[in-house]
Amino acid sequence: MPQMGVSVSEGTITKWSKQVGEQIEADETLLEISTDKVDTEVPSPAAGVVSEILVQEGETVAVGTVLARIGGEAGAAAPAPPEPATQPAAAAAEAAATEGTTVPEEPQPAAPAAEPAASENGKSFVSPVVARIASEHGIDPSQVPGTGNGGRVTKKDIQAFIEAGGQAAAPAVAPAEVAPPPAPAPTPAAAPRPAPSSQEAEAPGAGESLEPLSAMRRGIAEHMRRSLDTSAHVTSAIEVDMSRVVTIREKLKKEYQAAYGINPTYLAFIARAATETLREFPWVNGELRGEKIVTRSYVNLGFAVELADGKGLIVPVVKNAETLNLLGMAKAIAEIAKRARDKRLTPDDVVGGTFTITNPGGYGTFHGTPVISQPQAAILGTYAIVKRPWVITDDNGADAIAIRSMMNITLTYDHRLVDGALAGRFLRDLRERLQSWGESDY
Amino acid sequence: MAEKTYLQAISDGLRQEMRRDKRVFVLGEDVGVYGGAFKVTLGFQEEFGPWRVLDMPLSETAIMGGATGAAIMGLRPVAEMQFADFVSCAWDHLVTVAAKQRWRAGTPVPIVLRLPSSGGFSGGPFHSQNPESSFAHIPGLKCVCPSTPEDAKGLLVAAIEDPNPVLFFEHKHLYRRIKGEVPDERYVTPIGKARIHAEGEDVTVITWGAMVYTAEEAAKQLPDTSVEIVDLRTIMPWDKQAVLDSARKTSKVLVLHEDTRTGGFGAEIAATIAEEAFEDLDAPVRRIAAPDCPVPFSPVLEKAYIPQVDDVVAGLKELVSY
Repeated sequence: MPQMGVSVSEGTITKWSKQVGEQIEADETLLEISTDKVDTEVPSPAAGVVSEILVQEGETVAVGTVLARIGGEAGAAAPAPPEPATQPAAAAAEAAATEGTTVPEEPQPAAPAAEPAASENGKSFVSPVVARIASEHGIDPSQVPGTGNGGRVTKKDIQAFIEAGGQAAAPAVAPAEVAPPPAPAPTPAAAPRPAPSSQEAEAPGAGESLEPLSAMRRGIAEHMRRSLDTSAHVTSAIEVDMSRVVTIREKLKKEYQAAYGINPTYLAFIARAATETLREFPWVNGELRGEKIVTRSYVNLGFAVELADGKGLIVPVVKNAETLNLLGMAKAIAEIAKRARDKRLTPDDVVGGTFTITNPGGYGTFHGTPVISQPQAAILGTYAIVKRPWVITDDNGADAIAIRSMMNITLTYDHRLVDGALAGRFLRDLRERLQSWGESDY
Repeated sequence: MAEKTYLQAISDGLRQEMRRDKRVFVLGEDVGVYGGAFKVTLGFQEEFGPWRVLDMPLSETAIMGGATGAAIMGLRPVAEMQFADFVSCAWDHLVTVAAKQRWRAGTPVPIVLRLPSSGGFSGGPFHSQNPESSFAHIPGLKCVCPSTPEDAKGLLVAAIEDPNPVLFFEHKHLYRRIKGEVPDERYVTPIGKARIHAEGEDVTVITWGAMVYTAEEAAKQLPDTSVEIVDLRTIMPWDKQAVLDSARKTSKVLVLHEDTRTGGFGAEIAATIAEEAFEDLDAPVRRIAAPDCPVPFSPVLEKAYIPQVDDVVAGLKELVSY
């Protein structure tokens, strides 16, 4: 189980992309894992044949736990001798991390080449209880001597097998249970598996159905609740005439698309304007940390991204947004959003934000009260741009009603740190930046 | 505490309740002057008088209708069907009125319907049936099937206390064959709680009534097998938890009953185990029950019909070796 960020101690296998006996190339996706921070794919650290899968889908194991073994050529999958194999298999997945995470794992002993999956499960029936016990202990039932009808493995057989230490001969889930002879080096102790869905759910009522809470959903639930319990949430809103931005964007769009393949979204404009404005309002970009107020010389912008399946939300962070111009911002947002949807974020992508922008306006909403991403001080909400009749003052000082592209923008802030007047000035300055956007601004 | 027969325990429990509560009265065919077909109410009319021990005409409809009306008016009738088989004549009052009354109108219907049931003595098709599953299927009715003298008394008291119609299945074969210690004082055996008749590790038998003893005999013939015998005691409500606990412990379950197989209450138990303890099973849940035909008169045929010790031994062996 790769170390998915400093604070992550465990991960849940959500899917094995390869099964035992399948060929895999280096860097090809081996499995998908879910932690309380990110869901991600784990690429294979080496080419070969998946010889063992030690942790099943849905199981949660500690960082450092051996998840699978990858052996040599497909043709070499002959029964391995019991003594340490001569051909050390790559310690699959252990050394693997998502792309971008370059921190190497603590050195792991080279695992012995695993026995091929010459499973004979199909030969005799595995009863439900035997299947369950086998899965809990990571035992291949075909390795257990059976005394039931036709040599079937009974519950007693597998229990006796475990009591006799039989799991040592079979692939085990926890590294602590790995066969002692060929593994002289210490292995990290197995952490207790919390088994995310093991909590006894209430039986569903008529017409109800139950689905397990994903690690991400649980993380969101915990964070949202904690944020509301921590910050004094207040929301202020302002109406922004985006007509100039709309015009300039139309023009830049062709240029950016042709030259860089990048779409300058409204979000990129707002992110640029917000970053500039934040530099003048350090408390809005700040943090209440104990008895101190933290302010920064940089802006790390978080963007709320809905996942492709619609079942989760993640807030990847564009670091040092103050160094990016409009093109750079558009590119950074597009890139990080794509990685979020493809589940290719690294844990470092989702930490360190100092201010967050959420954009629920894509569905036409004109107002909202987002929840602050802790421990930040504020979150900006952007909403749908709609054409509205608007009173403007022309160059001669005469009032007129014009059709303008209007957008509502909200700032939800922690009133413990940010007062309403400060928030109002921040929104006013942000509006001014957007309304007076010049063609040569970037 | 004294050793009593199953029948004596029922009789004593009923007498105790009648002495204690004037609302309790009995009605049935020949329950008064004659003392009941099986003498459960022998001496009752002398003690409690003809108005609390009513000899009824040969009409189960009238008995059940009278009991229902009396219960609605606040009395606590203990009605007797001379044989459980005859309850079919009382079906309409029992199922259409008594079972529904509390749900329709909210009035309690504290009826106890005593049903001498089961075979084993060449009673033939009209005097040997076990109709508990038919009534377990009717919402609003409770069904109890005690197997020991102690439970028979305690469950009878619980049935009389219960505000719902309770069908009290008395196993005729146990009446005078089974003896056991029965407390003299009043006590209640809760409806809906099973009793572990014998603890075991290898295989579970879920049963009730006289089959508890059949299972016990079968277990004795298998000294190398640790058989857990769960006496369900009450069929509705039934102790799902006790059944599932035992199923999870042994992973092999035999459901044994004297009623016919198809639609018998064992089917409900087997289905529940499959639904809720599937991942704990090491073998299919097996049923041993009577074949789907009327109870034969011929002693030889009846023996072939009612599950015998040998049948259970064979079933257990099969499960253990599975």
